[in-house]
Amino acid sequence: MSSTPATPPKVNRIGLDVLPYKGSKTTLCAGCGHNSITERLIEAYWELGIEPWTVAKLSGIGCSSKTPAYFLQQSHGFNGVHGRAPTTATGTLLANHTLRAVVVSGDGDSASIGIGHFVHMLRRNVPLVYVVENNGVYGLTKGQFSATADLGAKLKTGAVNPLHAIDICLLGIELGATFVARSFSGDKRQLSAILKAAIAHKGLAVIDVISPCVTFNDHEGSTKSYAYMKDHDEPLHEVDFIPSFADIEVEYEEGESRLVELHDGSKLLLHKLERDYDPSNRIHALEVLHESARRGEVLTGIIYLDTSRPSFTEILNLCDEPLALLPEERVRPSREILEIINEEFR
Amino acid sequence: MQASHQPPPMPAEQPQRFSPRERIVNDFSIQVATVNGSGSQTANLVLMRSIFQMGVPVSGKNLFPSNIQGLPTWFTIRANRDGYIARKKEIDFLVAMNPESAQEDVMSLPPGAAVLYDEPLKLSSLRSDLHFYSAPFDKLVAPVCPEAKLRKLVRNMIYVGILAELLGIDPEQIRKALYKQFGERKKKAADLNWGAVQAGIDFARANLLKSDPYWIQPMDRTAGKLVIEGNTAAALGCMFAGLTVCTWYPITPSSSLAEALITFMERFRRDPETGKATYAIVQAEDELASIGMAIGAGWAGARAMTCTSGPGISLMSEFVGLAYFAEIPVVLIDVQRVGPSTGLPTRTMQGDTLKNAVLSHGDTRHPVLFPSSPEECFTMAIDAFDLAEQFQTPVFVNMDLDLGMNLWMSDPLPYPAKPMNRGKVLTAEDLERLGGFARYKDVDGDGVGWRTLPGTPHAKAAYFTRGTGHTENATYSEKPEDWVRNIDRIARKFETLRQHLPPPVQSLAPGARIGIVSAGTSRYAMEESRDQLSREAGIEASWMRLTAYPFPPELEAFIEQHERVYVIDQNRDAQLLGLMRLDLRAPLLERLRSVRYYGGLPLDARTVTEQILAQEAQQA
Repeated sequence: MSSTPATPPKVNRIGLDVLPYKGSKTTLCAGCGHNSITERLIEAYWELGIEPWTVAKLSGIGCSSKTPAYFLQQSHGFNGVHGRAPTTATGTLLANHTLRAVVVSGDGDSASIGIGHFVHMLRRNVPLVYVVENNGVYGLTKGQFSATADLGAKLKTGAVNPLHAIDICLLGIELGATFVARSFSGDKRQLSAILKAAIAHKGLAVIDVISPCVTFNDHEGSTKSYAYMKDHDEPLHEVDFIPSFADIEVEYEEGESRLVELHDGSKLLLHKLERDYDPSNRIHALEVLHESARRGEVLTGIIYLDTSRPSFTEILNLCDEPLALLPEERVRPSREILEIINEEFR
Repeated sequence: MQASHQPPPMPAEQPQRFSPRERIVNDFSIQVATVNGSGSQTANLVLMRSIFQMGVPVSGKNLFPSNIQGLPTWFTIRANRDGYIARKKEIDFLVAMNPESAQEDVMSLPPGAAVLYDEPLKLSSLRSDLHFYSAPFDKLVAPVCPEAKLRKLVRNMIYVGILAELLGIDPEQIRKALYKQFGERKKKAADLNWGAVQAGIDFARANLLKSDPYWIQPMDRTAGKLVIEGNTAAALGCMFAGLTVCTWYPITPSSSLAEALITFMERFRRDPETGKATYAIVQAEDELASIGMAIGAGWAGARAMTCTSGPGISLMSEFVGLAYFAEIPVVLIDVQRVGPSTGLPTRTMQGDTLKNAVLSHGDTRHPVLFPSSPEECFTMAIDAFDLAEQFQTPVFVNMDLDLGMNLWMSDPLPYPAKPMNRGKVLTAEDLERLGGFARYKDVDGDGVGWRTLPGTPHAKAAYFTRGTGHTENATYSEKPEDWVRNIDRIARKFETLRQHLPPPVQSLAPGARIGIVSAGTSRYAMEESRDQLSREAGIEASWMRLTAYPFPPELEAFIEQHERVYVIDQNRDAQLLGLMRLDLRAPLLERLRSVRYYGGLPLDARTVTEQILAQEAQQA
């Protein structure tokens, strides 16, 4: 027993320390951008003082989709099928529109197999936080291109991507999301702020987070690359060896650009939106996105915001109580009503 | 065809006519051949209803093309005093309104049948063994319908009037049926149509000499009954089951179920003052989304359902496996149509019997209910929601196009006898008392764990739902022993569930050597075929009508009691029989025989009788 008094743990506005906001230990690669995003989600929910039990975490399949197990351990989580978390999340909110839903998805999930659900979720303005952990690559199946891979990007196998990338933010703005943002997994300050704003938003918040894959990015000449391993005929189990990297962190001011060096030595040019940028103008938002893409930059910040459009559950005009909790007398019409109906068919 | 023993009295004010020696009363079929999109549906419903209102058992089957406008369509009404309402192969009275199909329709009639046709079609020279009546529909409709663009619709009512006069249908019943069909708000339209009916009656009275033997005569066999489509009854079942979330994607023949549900829920499940709904119905972007949303809703505690048909079920396969393995309640109503592939979208089949029982990859088994009537569509929809929540699993209701989209006489829909069974759900208070829970632990020995709903205000409420391997505590696991323990418990749950399914319906014939097993809509052909076997071949057959999969213990006993058991399948590959092969003890399988029909039309008794007699002859 120590005689020195223990420092009381830091608590948030509802008196909880950060532990309930954490999850189980990550099984993703060390240095994976996704782990940084998980940290920011923990911070955001804790700092906002959200009761963990009011949150439902949903995901599809993939590296990103594993992460709901790594935060908010006192929230229900649902890791479903590949690409279809928008559907399970929509259903969850139909059953209980008082829940705060957060979906963590990846680029394979949202821009390929599940793009049909993704765009219809956008169109419906389903009230939830939708994080796309975007690394342009399929990690769990060991490094195939995704639909957000840049034109000309190279795989470790040497394959070059001949197709244009799908831009999550452009889709979001075009199809009806009412909060569209982009950030970088290593930008603690910005990502944290965006997540908190997204959680507070009443409609669909889509956040495209560029999150480098430490393992499957192009790494020409690396002695740890698949190409190298194959050429040198290493035993198969050696292929699973994953090098460890430190998390990448950046910090820079609004209106500035910052060149970030990724784990594989490639460069990412981030450009932060000006402090006085007006996100409510849809046409302008689309313009700045196209402009920054033309310049070869990745534009970050809250790009588009519309606080006036009703969310999907508002459009449905649901009763105040969650549908899931309605008692029998509210959902089973009376004997008299059945008799009226029977009579109509006589 | 059978003659009645007592000739009916002639209806009052009957003009002098050639009176055939033989009268066939309340035992014939009427087929109306029209062009899809010509608006004949109302006329056909009025015709059917008026016969029903005269107390005569009746069924109405719409044989329609996969097309919006222009292709031939046939509506068949069977009136039968003995209550046989299966499809009858032979057509006794044809109303030929479609120039495209008229010749072929006439050529396929049995000798002695009657034909009412549109005069310009000049059909009477085609055959000499039929009773022909012609009417100039365009000329008749013009005076009763001054507005030219409505004439195409209203002219259909003229054949209703002519048939009423020729068959002895009480015009008052037609008037009642017509005004019921149009409702209070469309009185003007009803008046216009009633004028056309009267014009038909007047024309027939003045110009047609009855020579056919067919008559409708009042009976008392429909009192208190409804005329309803299976899809409507299933939708009502969902509403009275306390459904809170329906997510669906349009597909024939299940769309009208969702649409009926929307209509009823708007009327009875919205607060009349605030307009707020105690339900959500969402038309999804595809069937993957509709089942995904329903599963998300079931996970969060809603009574959730999707309705679809075979192609939709194929798309839902992956998600159904997730719901099975993650143990999430959801109801799937499958209004089956003809496959494989797009197949015959507007024809009927029991095409998903096998697939639905084992849908998705890996080891999966799902309960499937087999309603055979609108009443069972209603009661089994309610059963399905109770079973889904009680056993935390997807539950299928296998309807088919014949049941879903055709008109059936039905007993009144019965009010649910039991309160809703919401299954094992722990509240915050429960958790406080228990100090926690293990989501997938079999604490009660029935294979069913306790669950919590998202949003339960307690620090111990949360668990992580996944389609990957997991422990009793819902944590990720790849350990073989964890996997086997979990998947075995789910199998145990399925065994418990077997005891909670609706029981089979048996009719044992004393001393019968053969038995017949059917499911779903094969019921109607079976009821008639058993009588045919008895009457025509002296064969008494016992009958078991299955109402659910997994099969009841009574099935094995039934097979043991009979030397041969014919299993009726409305598919090529004997799927119901195949499912029995998977589940029953090997010695029983030798007794099973197959009767199959897969042409896409509702099963008729003659097909069943002939196949059984052919196989029995080989036995001898």
